[in-house]
Amino acid sequence: MLDIIETANKEALEIIQNGQPTLVGLGVAGEVIPGMAKDLFLHAGPPVTWEKMSGPLRGGVMGGLMYEGLASTPEEAAAYAASGKLRFDPCHHHDAVGPMAGIITSKMPVWIVENKAYGNRAYCTLNEGLGKVLRMGAYGPEVIKHLQWMETVLYPVLKATIEIHGPIDLKTMIAQALQMGDEVHNRNKAATSLLIREIAPSILKTSFSNEEKIAVLEFLNSNDHTFLNLSMPAAKATLEPVGKVKHSTIVYTMARNGTEFGIRVAALGKRWFTAPAEIIDGLYFPGFTKEDANPDVGDSCITETLGIGGFSMATAPAIVQFVGGTPKDAVRYTTSMYEITTEESRAYKLPTMNFRGSPTGIDIRKVIETQVLPVINTGIASKEAGVGQVGAGIVHPPMACFEQALEAYVNLLEDEGLLEE
Amino acid sequence: MSVNDLFKQELKVINLGLKSFQNDLKSQGVTTVQVNWKPKAGGKKNMLNLLGRISKTKKL
Repeated sequence: MLDIIETANKEALEIIQNGQPTLVGLGVAGEVIPGMAKDLFLHAGPPVTWEKMSGPLRGGVMGGLMYEGLASTPEEAAAYAASGKLRFDPCHHHDAVGPMAGIITSKMPVWIVENKAYGNRAYCTLNEGLGKVLRMGAYGPEVIKHLQWMETVLYPVLKATIEIHGPIDLKTMIAQALQMGDEVHNRNKAATSLLIREIAPSILKTSFSNEEKIAVLEFLNSNDHTFLNLSMPAAKATLEPVGKVKHSTIVYTMARNGTEFGIRVAALGKRWFTAPAEIIDGLYFPGFTKEDANPDVGDSCITETLGIGGFSMATAPAIVQFVGGTPKDAVRYTTSMYEITTEESRAYKLPTMNFRGSPTGIDIRKVIETQVLPVINTGIASKEAGVGQVGAGIVHPPMACFEQALEAYVNLLEDEGLLEE
Repeated sequence: MSVNDLFKQELKVINLGLKSFQNDLKSQGVTTVQVNWKPKAGGKKNMLNLLGRISKTKKL
């Protein structure tokens, strides 16, 4: 006699444990992302309309329109976005993920990550750096100029570099970074360093000018978050096949659009369970307070969904200087995540937890039973479009997402005649 | 060990339940640890009902 739920969850966890996320190249969003089009902008989180979009998403959309040459001023861009000429869809509906506002437009270069164990791919833009950047809702001339530099210099150099180097095993790189004080969500210093060390010789082997190669190396070196846009699609590529496991209570997506937080559960397929996104408890940059903060936003909590990021904070004690709290809190966060997960990762080991594997496979039953919510560390965007990042901190999904999902799951079992009378 | 012997030693108490019990002991200098405990599903009846129904999933 087989327990349907335990069998399904075992299958889901095998998929997670066996995932082989691998960087295979770079491409242009409009050419490589399934279903991408010039009149389609992808965004973070569950579906949302222009009318309900928060400041950072609106700012990202407006900047995206100016970057694409569809508007020349913020006012023109806002009018274009509201006109109905532009379609919006979650990154997650197109095998993609985007940090913070998560705006992906047709012209943008993207990393291509393939899960070698299951053959599926995931896509993510290249990280722009910190401060006034599109993903934080900023859209000034310097933001657009930087995006253009990324398109015309950074992208061709990196594309040629990966073609020369060949595929890069991201699972091993993440596992190494976790041993070096990163949790690969808000601390990517070690992972970015490992990436640079790996690809630097291939950058030099490209036929670009020395000036361009130096500019690329200097940019990668100046931006500790370079690797975030690889850890995210690595997590997405690993988790996506879980979404097809029938009867599994494992969460395979958590994402926020700045207005709502949404989760998706394997057994319930592509259906989102949403509730209003929370305000983040964190540290604010000088001159900003909680009053300036937008509610939680971004697809980056795909890392937590996999069991890294906030779930592995114990291994990254230095991160508390960025997101608040103490190293003891970091250990407490990780310890509590074992309460709501199903297994310990066989690949992602945490030295400060006596090399326990990271807590992986969030089970909605355990979240409801224990009332322990997933812990996420995150950047904080200004609630006003055009401003950018104002801080970083700790946040949780609303319990309502898990309650709705549990109810839908029980209804599913009932509809399929799988519950005893 | 008899109960009387136990109380002749230094007490170290693990408290499960109301935190005020721990606070009282603490104020008397007793070493205590508070267990971070919550009732199942936070005591929410509708959630307890759903969890109860899931536990009756048929075996195949």
